[in-house]
Amino acid sequence: MTLLSLQGIEARHGLLPAVRGISLDVAEGETIALVGANGAGKTTLLRTIAGAHKPAAGRVFFAGEDITRVRAHDRVRMGIALVPEGRRLFPALTVEENLLVGAQRTRPGRWTVEAILEAFPLLKPLRDRRAATLSGGEQQATAIGRALIANPRLLLLDEVSLGLAPIAVEGVYRSLQLLIDEGSTIVLVEQDLTRARAVAKRVVCMLEGSVALEGASGELSRERITEAYFGLRRAREAGTWAG
Amino acid sequence: MGSQDTPILAAVGIHKRFGALVVLDGVDFSIGVGDAIGIVGPNGAGKTTLLNILSGALLPSEGSVAFNGSDVTQSGVSRRCRLGIGRAHQVPRPFGDMSVFENVLVGAATGGGLRGRRAYGRCIEVLEICGLTGTANRRAESLGLLDRKRLELARALATDPLVLLLDEIGAGLTEVEAEELVATIRELHRQGVAIVWIEHIVHVLVRVVERLVCLDAGRVIADGQPDAVMRDSAVVDAYLGRVVV
Repeated sequence: MTLLSLQGIEARHGLLPAVRGISLDVAEGETIALVGANGAGKTTLLRTIAGAHKPAAGRVFFAGEDITRVRAHDRVRMGIALVPEGRRLFPALTVEENLLVGAQRTRPGRWTVEAILEAFPLLKPLRDRRAATLSGGEQQATAIGRALIANPRLLLLDEVSLGLAPIAVEGVYRSLQLLIDEGSTIVLVEQDLTRARAVAKRVVCMLEGSVALEGASGELSRERITEAYFGLRRAREAGTWAG
Repeated sequence: MGSQDTPILAAVGIHKRFGALVVLDGVDFSIGVGDAIGIVGPNGAGKTTLLNILSGALLPSEGSVAFNGSDVTQSGVSRRCRLGIGRAHQVPRPFGDMSVFENVLVGAATGGGLRGRRAYGRCIEVLEICGLTGTANRRAESLGLLDRKRLELARALATDPLVLLLDEIGAGLTEVEAEELVATIRELHRQGVAIVWIEHIVHVLVRVVERLVCLDAGRVIADGQPDAVMRDSAVVDAYLGRVVV
């Protein structure tokens, strides 16, 4: 069943077009990865799905319902949760308090503070620590936990490995794999193609606000993705690329 | 022309630190008279910091910058601008309530040091090169994105640069618009202006530049012909992560 359907989404930042006519379906239980260079429109697309950015055109459907005009906090209640780039925790609040902030718009489900501390063992001893004193990896785990506690049907993750030490990235991805194995529906933005392909069934490569390439992770070679990522086919068509 | 002679602009052993954060870690960069070089690299590689050091907006923590053989390391933006280093920014910020012509005139007068008829003449020339003749009397704030980018280019060009530093000016344009911008930059290059261009949109960049330099984590990881650089496994790894075997 299609959980999320984007139809002809266009989004701008002032005069700057960031997303140019993207249509995309995500099935329940599917994990897809958005990859693409800086400025390709990945974060704007994710924020548009979450209701944090108003599209200039197009429609967003969630579980068959047109939610284009539904506000972000109501989308959380419907089951869409965003883990934003840079974590955006409340630095003066403890880990537990940050999680409870996420529980304000919660849907019934298995994710509680206790369940999250179980799923992210590194957070267990940090329950009463202020977010400002946590390492990057601990903050990221808290941010994912804060999204999970709303018991979302769709989890949106924006560059969860950005700025983290490799060992912290490992930890975050181990926890994500558990969520994926449980059948969560996830759309993630990830710069690291190897990681993106390891966790996502489908990869969508964006270029300048459009989809340049889309396919099953196992079927897209690194070369094809590289070509789409940099727009090299366009350069070849323009006669300025020898490759 | 170019690389064999004294470089028009050269940076040697550039380090830049912001507190404990090392943004540039020993970068050597030079461009010959009339050459066109693209700088690429993933987010946070240090591209804009390098451009800021070349333009004089930032001082390096270590290293030196020379223009036409003379040391300009301690010179600020305005002095370098008068020497012949022009810069166009990623987000154009024209004087909104002034006309397009007046905006370009500011560049000619303050950066180019031109007065009176010579300044006016330069503006007319630049507006034509940048395809802004028809919009010269419009208020800058009424312009669309492409014309704003053209105006940003025109303001830099009015200073009569020998080297033009471009920071992601292709961002947000449609393919047709990017094509028009490319045509303008190619024309400047043809006229002998050296171009240093940071751009994420590689397929646009390679329509102008004959050499690409790739930065990653503050170091140059590749330097050469565009197709060789973009197929370099270190470059692909820098953007897309390493392949885990």
